[in-house]
Amino acid sequence: MFETLVFWAFAAILVFAGFRVITTRNPVQAALWLVLCFFTASAIWLLLRAEFLAIALVLVYVGAVMVLFLFVVMMLDINFDDLRAQFRSYVPLAGAVGVLVLLEMAVVLIGDGLGTVGIAPAPQGPTNTQALGLVLYTEYLYPFELAAVILLVAIIAAIALTHRRRKETRYQDPGVQVKARAKDRVRLVNVASEPVAPPPAPPEPVAAAASPQPQPPR
Amino acid sequence: MAFLSAPTLAHYLVLGAILFAISVAGIFLNRKNVIMILMAIELMLLAVNLNFIAFAHYLGDMAGQVFVFFILTVAAAESAIGLAILVLLFRNVGSINVEDLDELKG
Repeated sequence: MFETLVFWAFAAILVFAGFRVITTRNPVQAALWLVLCFFTASAIWLLLRAEFLAIALVLVYVGAVMVLFLFVVMMLDINFDDLRAQFRSYVPLAGAVGVLVLLEMAVVLIGDGLGTVGIAPAPQGPTNTQALGLVLYTEYLYPFELAAVILLVAIIAAIALTHRRRKETRYQDPGVQVKARAKDRVRLVNVASEPVAPPPAPPEPVAAAASPQPQPPR
Repeated sequence: MAFLSAPTLAHYLVLGAILFAISVAGIFLNRKNVIMILMAIELMLLAVNLNFIAFAHYLGDMAGQVFVFFILTVAAAESAIGLAILVLLFRNVGSINVEDLDELKG
C-alpha cells in the first residue's frame, strides 16, 4: 500500500520533470530538471530493490555527468534564443512522434499480459550490492574490464579533444631534454696561445684629457 | 481498487515507455540545440535502465542490473566525449546550432 503510493508519487514527479526537461526555455533549468529526474528515478529503483544502482545513479549522473552538462552550458556563450526560434513549429511533429512511440509500446505491453508477472522470490542472504559484486567479478569479468577500457578511452579522448596548447606559454619538452648531449651544447676550441703583449705606456695627462686614446684592438 | 494494488511489472514498463516517448519528442522539439539533444538522450537511457531494472526485479535475474551497470558506464563515457566534441565545435564554428554544422555537406 505504502509502496504503491510512493510509486505513483515518484512516477508523477518523474514524468512531469521529464516533460519540463524538453520544454523549458533555459538549458540550465533543463539540466536542473534532469537532475530531478535522476533523483526520482533513483527512488523508483530503490522500490525495485536495486540499491547499488540507485546510489550509483545519484553519484555518477547527478554528481558527475550533470555537473559536466551544467559546466559546459555555463562555459559556452550561446545565444539560446536563436536556437529556439522555430520551437513552436516543431511541436506537432514532436507530439506526433512521441505519441506514436507511446502507442507502439502500449500495444506491446497491453498484448503481453505483463501485469501478471509476479515478483521472483528475493534471494535470501546476500544484499543487492553483494549479489551484484558476485556476478560482476566472476561471470561478467571480461565485460567489466572492457567497461574499464571504455572509461579510459573516454578520459583520454575528452582531454585530447579539448586540450589546446597555448603559443605564448613556455614549457619544457622532456624528450628534447633527454636527447640533449654535452657535445651539442658546448664547443671546445683549441686556440694557439699568443705572446703576451707589453703593457701600454701610461698616456700623457694633457693628451688623455683632450682626446682619449682609442681602445687597443682586441 | 486496481489503482491502489501493488505496482506490477507493467506499471514500471509503462512509466519507462512514457519517459522514452517524452525524450523522443524532446529530440524533435529541440532539434537545433545539441546540448538539449544530449540531455534527451540521457533521459532516454534512463527510461531504458528503468525497464532493465524492472525486469531484473520481477524476473529475479541479476543480469539486468549488471547491464544497467554497463549502460551507466558507457553513457558516462558517451556524454564526456560528446560534451568535449561540443566544446571543440563551439570553439571552431562558434555555434551549436545543428543547422550550422554542414561542413561535410552531407
